[in-house]
Amino acid sequence: MTQDKTTAAFRFGYGLPLPALAPAEPASMLAALRGPDTMATTYPGPRLDDLTETLARADSMLRTSRRAETAEANAARQDYRQAIAQLEGVTLMAAKTTFARALDATDGFRERLVQFWADHFTTVARSRRDSPLPATMVEEAIRPYITDRFADMLKAVIQHPAMLGYLDQSRSFGPNSRIGQRRTKGLNENLARELLELHTVGSGYTQDDVTQMAALLTGLTVGKKGPTFDARRAEPGPETVLGTVYEGDTLATVLKALDDLAENPSTAAHLARKLAIHFVSDQPNPDLVQALTDAWRISGGDLLAVTESLLTQPAAWGKMQEKARQPFDFIAAALRALGLDGADVMRMADDVFREVILQPMAAMGQPWQSPPGPDGWSEMAEAWITPETMAARITWAMDMPQRLITPLPDPTALMTRCLGAHLGERLAWAVPKSENIREAVGLVLASPEFNRR
Amino acid sequence: MDRRLFLKGLTGTACSLAAHPMMTTVTLAASDGSAPLGDHRLIVVILRGAMDGLDLVRPSGDPLFAGYRPTLSANQGPDLTGYFSLNPTLTGLMPLWQAGHLGFVQATSTPYRDQRSHFDGQDILEAGTGLDVPNAAVRDGWLNRMLQSVPGLRAQTAFAIGTDSAPLLQGPAPVSNWQPDLRLDLSAQSRLLLDHIYHDDALFRDAATEAVSLTESIDLSRMDGMASPGAGGRLADIERLTDFAADRLREDTRVAAFSLNGWDTHRNQSGGITLPLRRLERVVLRMSEQLGPDIWGKTLLLAMTEFGRTVAENGTKGTDHGTGGAMLMAGGALKGGRVMGKWPGLDESALYQRRDLMPTSDVRAWAAWAMRGMYGFDRTLLETNVFPGLSMGDNPGLLA
Repeated sequence: MTQDKTTAAFRFGYGLPLPALAPAEPASMLAALRGPDTMATTYPGPRLDDLTETLARADSMLRTSRRAETAEANAARQDYRQAIAQLEGVTLMAAKTTFARALDATDGFRERLVQFWADHFTTVARSRRDSPLPATMVEEAIRPYITDRFADMLKAVIQHPAMLGYLDQSRSFGPNSRIGQRRTKGLNENLARELLELHTVGSGYTQDDVTQMAALLTGLTVGKKGPTFDARRAEPGPETVLGTVYEGDTLATVLKALDDLAENPSTAAHLARKLAIHFVSDQPNPDLVQALTDAWRISGGDLLAVTESLLTQPAAWGKMQEKARQPFDFIAAALRALGLDGADVMRMADDVFREVILQPMAAMGQPWQSPPGPDGWSEMAEAWITPETMAARITWAMDMPQRLITPLPDPTALMTRCLGAHLGERLAWAVPKSENIREAVGLVLASPEFNRR
Repeated sequence: MDRRLFLKGLTGTACSLAAHPMMTTVTLAASDGSAPLGDHRLIVVILRGAMDGLDLVRPSGDPLFAGYRPTLSANQGPDLTGYFSLNPTLTGLMPLWQAGHLGFVQATSTPYRDQRSHFDGQDILEAGTGLDVPNAAVRDGWLNRMLQSVPGLRAQTAFAIGTDSAPLLQGPAPVSNWQPDLRLDLSAQSRLLLDHIYHDDALFRDAATEAVSLTESIDLSRMDGMASPGAGGRLADIERLTDFAADRLREDTRVAAFSLNGWDTHRNQSGGITLPLRRLERVVLRMSEQLGPDIWGKTLLLAMTEFGRTVAENGTKGTDHGTGGAMLMAGGALKGGRVMGKWPGLDESALYQRRDLMPTSDVRAWAAWAMRGMYGFDRTLLETNVFPGLSMGDNPGLLA
C-alpha cells in the first residue's frame, strides 16, 4: 500500500480499503468529480417537493387539533402524529442514505466535499416536523453545486426553507414594510449575521452592515409553495452593505448582494483557510492556504478550480495524521473496514440503525444533524477526543463489530487492510497479543491511527 | 478523580504486568487539593419540557385555583405556607422542607415571551441571555461563563452529566462530561494493550486513561445498592446519574449540571407528571443522602425550566405552554422553608395575556444571587458577563 493511496483514502475519502476502480491520485479524482454523480441516483436523497403535501397536512392537522371539538381534535391529532412519523421516517432514510453513499462511492471525495459544504451551511431542524429539511437542503442546494461557482451554492442555500427557518429569516419583517407597519413587526438579524460571519466574509463588517443586510434580506420567506420573495415584507431600500448600495426591493437585488459577498476577497481567504483546516490540518500550512485563496480569487470562486488546487498542492499530501476522524467518518470507516456496503446499511432495521450507528454517534459527541450552533461541528481534534467520547469509541470498537458481522475478520488482516501505510509499530505489536478476536478487532478500530486522518 | 481504582483493577494481572510497557505510562493524578471555587457545591437541573409550577407548588388557598383546574386540584398534598401546598407526589420531600433545606420560587421566568417554543425557551434559559429571542451569537451557556471568570479551573471542577448535552455548561471553560450509559467492559489485557497503542499520542493517551478510569470508578463503587424497592428501571437510571454526580461532588467537583425530561404535560397531567416528579424527588433525596450532612450543608441545587404552563387546565386534563413558572431549590446551604417570589395572584386581570401566570421575577436573578452568595462573584460580572443585561434586584437572602 503506497502512502499516497493511504492519504487519498484517509484525507479525501472514507478510509481503506478503497472500492474497486476508486481514483487515488489528483487527475483521476478530479475526473471523477467532473463525471456524473452516480451515488445521487443509486441512493436518491429526499426532495422538498415530495414532502410539501405531508408538511401541509401536519400543519393543518395541528391547527385543527388545537381548535376543534374533542372528537375531531382527537382524530386530527392522530393524523398529525402519522404525518410527523412519516417525516421522521424520511429523516432516518436520509441518514442511512448518507452512510450508504459514503460506503459505496468510488469517488468518496465527492461525498466528503458534500459533507464539508453541508457543515459550512449548517442547518438544524427546529421541530420534529422540520426534521427532514436539513437533508433536503443538502440534496438540493449543496450537492449539485460542489463543482460549480460558490455564488450559485450560496444563493441556493440562502433561499432554501431549511435555512430560512433555521436562522429565523421567515420571522423577519421590514419595520417600514406594508406587513411590518400593519403588524408592528421588525427585523431579525440572525441570518444576516451568520451570512456575513459564517457563510461568506468572516470578518471586516460592522453591526451596521449586519442590520443593513437584515433589512436587505427581508422579503425572503417561505410561502405556501416554498421559498418566495414577498415585497410586502421587504424593507423599502436602499441598503448599504460593505460599502455597496443596493436599490430595489426585489429578489434580484438580494441575489446581487449574495453574488457580491461570494466574490468578496475576504470570502476567498475565509473559505480557503476553512477548506485547508477541514481536509488537511487543524493548523494548516500557510502556503497551502495562500494557494487555495489564489485559486479562489483567480477563478472567481469556481469550486472545481479550488478543489483542483487543493488536490495538487504538495502540502496536501504526505503522511501527517493531525486531525481526528469525526464520529460520522469513524463509523463509516469502521463499517467499510468490516466489509459492510451501502446495501447492508439500507437493509438495516430502523431500530438497529439507531442502536448501532445513531446513538453511538451521539455518545461520541455528534448527534445526527444537530450541531450546537450555526457554526457547525468543531474541526479541532481536541473537541472529538475527550474522555467520554473516547469511552464511546472504545466501547463501539470492542462491542459493535461482532453485532455487525459474523465471523469477525482476522484482526491482523483487518489491520493491514484498513490502515495501509498508517499502521504503526505499537498497534502491530499489540493486536496479536489480544486475548480474543473481539478485542483484537476493537484495538484496531480504537487505535490512534484509525481515529485520525 | 481517583486513578487508584483504575490501578486496582489491573493488579489481577500482576504476573504479566511487570514486564509490560504500560507500567511506565500510567500517571497517577494526585489531586493538588486546591479548589478554585471554594467549598460550595452548585447543582443545576434543567427540567425540559416546561414544568408546571402551579402543579408543583399549588396555590390551594385561592378559591380561584380549583375553578381553573377542576381535575388538577384534586388530591391535595401537604400544606407548605397555609396558602401553597406541595404536589402530593412529593410528600417525601417534607422532612427537607421542615429542615429548611427545600424552597421554591413562584411566578418566575426567563425574559422569553409569547412564542412559547420549547426549543427557543430552553436556548434562552441555558444561554442566559436577556433577549426574548435566541441569540445565535451566544454559543456558550451561563454556567460556563461563570466558570470562565475563575482562574486555575480544571476540567474536573465542573461536570455536565447525562445523555442530553447540557448547553448551559458548554463553552470555553474546561468542563467534563459523563454519560451514564457508557460502560467500558474491558479485559485487563485489553486495558494494557490500549495503553500500549496510545502511548505515543498524547491526546489519545490522556483521553483514554480518563475514559477508562471514569467508568471504572462508577462500576467498582456502586454496582450494588442501586435497586430500591419498587423502583422502575428509569428511576434506577436517575439514581445512577445522581450517584455519579454525588461521587464527583464529594471530591474536587464544585459544579454539576444535568437535565430531567418529560414535563410537557398537555394531556392527563395528573398521571403524566407523576414520573417526572418522582424522578425529581429521587434526585433531591438521594443527593442529600449520598453527599452526607457536611457536603449537603454546602450544597445548593437549583431546578429550573424554560417556562410555565397555562393557569387553566385544557380540554384534555392537561395544560398548555405558558409563561410564569416555578423553581425548586434544595440543599443545606439554602435558607429554605419558604415560597419565594412576588405572588401575582390568579385573578384573570392579573394573568399574563389573560392566560398565564404573570412572571414577577427573572429566573436568572435567582441563579445570580446563588452564585454571588456561594462564590462571592462581583455583581457587575454577573449582570454583564454571566447574564448580560440582567438586573439582579434586591438580595433575596437565599443562603442559610
